[in-house]
Amino acid sequence: MSNNFVISAENLTKRFGTFTAVDSISFNVNKGEIFGFLGANGAGKTTAMRMLCGLSIPTSGKASVAGFDVYKQTENIKKNIGYMSQKFSLYEDLTVFENIRFYGGIYGLNADMINEKTESLLELLKMKEAKKKLIKSLPLGWKQKLAFSVAILHEPKIVFLDEPTGGVDPVTRRQFWEMIYNASAAGVTVFVTTHYMDEAEYCTRVSMMVDGRIASLDTPHNLKNIYGVSTMHDVFVKLARPGQ
Amino acid sequence: MMPAVTVMDLSKSFGSVEALKDINFEVREGELFGFIGPDGAGKTTLFRILTTLLKPDKGVAKVGEYDIIRDYKKIRSSVGYMPGKFSLYQDLTVEENLKFFATVFGTTIEKNYDLIKDIYVLLEPFKKRKAGKLSGGMKQKLALSCALIHRPDILFLDEPTTGVDPVSRNEFWDMLAKLINVGITILVSTPYMDEASRCDRIALIQKGRLLDIDTLQGITAKYDKSLFAVKSGNTGKLMNDMKNFKYSETVFSFGDSVHYTDKRENFEPSGLEKYLLENGHTDVVINKITAGIEDCFMSLMGSENE
Repeated sequence: MSNNFVISAENLTKRFGTFTAVDSISFNVNKGEIFGFLGANGAGKTTAMRMLCGLSIPTSGKASVAGFDVYKQTENIKKNIGYMSQKFSLYEDLTVFENIRFYGGIYGLNADMINEKTESLLELLKMKEAKKKLIKSLPLGWKQKLAFSVAILHEPKIVFLDEPTGGVDPVTRRQFWEMIYNASAAGVTVFVTTHYMDEAEYCTRVSMMVDGRIASLDTPHNLKNIYGVSTMHDVFVKLARPGQ
Repeated sequence: MMPAVTVMDLSKSFGSVEALKDINFEVREGELFGFIGPDGAGKTTLFRILTTLLKPDKGVAKVGEYDIIRDYKKIRSSVGYMPGKFSLYQDLTVEENLKFFATVFGTTIEKNYDLIKDIYVLLEPFKKRKAGKLSGGMKQKLALSCALIHRPDILFLDEPTTGVDPVSRNEFWDMLAKLINVGITILVSTPYMDEASRCDRIALIQKGRLLDIDTLQGITAKYDKSLFAVKSGNTGKLMNDMKNFKYSETVFSFGDSVHYTDKRENFEPSGLEKYLLENGHTDVVINKITAGIEDCFMSLMGSENE
């Protein structure tokens, strides 16, 4: 697939036995876009994300991520994406310095690159003083910033953020979105899931998954117009529980 | 009427971390009382102390008439607890888990079925399924059923809705409202500020301290600044431009608008509008609004940090 899309999926499907978790989804994600991937629990978001991250082979359909095929080039995908979730990001018992170097190594950067990146990141995040501190001793806001920076340490084309702001206080949550904006402005594509509907408003486009399918995909502005409501929360309710 | 829960000067540290610092509050009988705050605020530590799983360093806490240290056995049989982490037996089926918890408390499913009926009917089609194989929503319903099966007077629910989508969260709160109607007192914790509207009263908790305790209306009424919601055709640029406005005090994004307070006493929106238009914004709309729970939380957080 030669195009300018960072993600391109066509009839992507995953079945577990007789259960179809992801049911023929098709969509493209543009470079530098903040793509919101929303849906109710059990709608198939995690399964879809696992396929796009090269962790699960699809049952049928096509998809490429960062230019690599989700069937044959899963190792290339893993090297060319970043990943962060609220549940798993940094090692609490390692220091700031050790975490950066560890992830640099995992992402296959050479020794010179790791040194250079470690220095510049500590500088950028103003964490030089804190470099020998254990992650568990840091305020949540610092952890969030560091976790995100580490996820894009190897300059991936795209970063997957799986509920990055779950359980985070309202100020830190907003600071985190400023980082997402900055990364997106610098050309990094952001693929993000969230249960905060105000955050859906910050996305360039939002896809809504319902029962394994993409029920709707558009800008927040257009989605609100289409469903005749004033907030993304109401869009979500209309799509996730169409009977109500 | 005796309070359902009484807490006085309660503190708990783990090493150098003060998880709870001089906590005081009362929960009334039959109340739906919410603790709202982010991860690490101390919510779980507080619930573990009140359910007698952890001892405080200092302070007094009572559940009903029972002291959490002296009468811990009595508390254990009269409260239900749903921990934040799924703690049922993954290798037992739905039915086996429920039966196990009923037996431990010396009762039977049949005896208390009326209490859990509304929740359990949704689970019954899966009663032969192992708990570990349930979806997130089903696990949550089973955990609530198990916490209820001995007909507790007080229910402690630690972050039952974390990671749950907004529609399912709403349905969960509907279930809690029904339990309140049969006279159970509920203490529930959550990181989602919007859930404040489902509680009778709430305590805002941050870094081991209670920022305020009141009804939602009581808390929002205390917000003493003039708050404005600002929109423009270019939302992305709006945040930065407003932060650079020389009179801006607080600037926070809220979905498709920005919430703003001004440093000046006699702020007139026309000055801000003029500034935004000069900076290339179109369709500028500025409305005075009443503060919501997040506005209040951020304001209280700020004053705590000073």
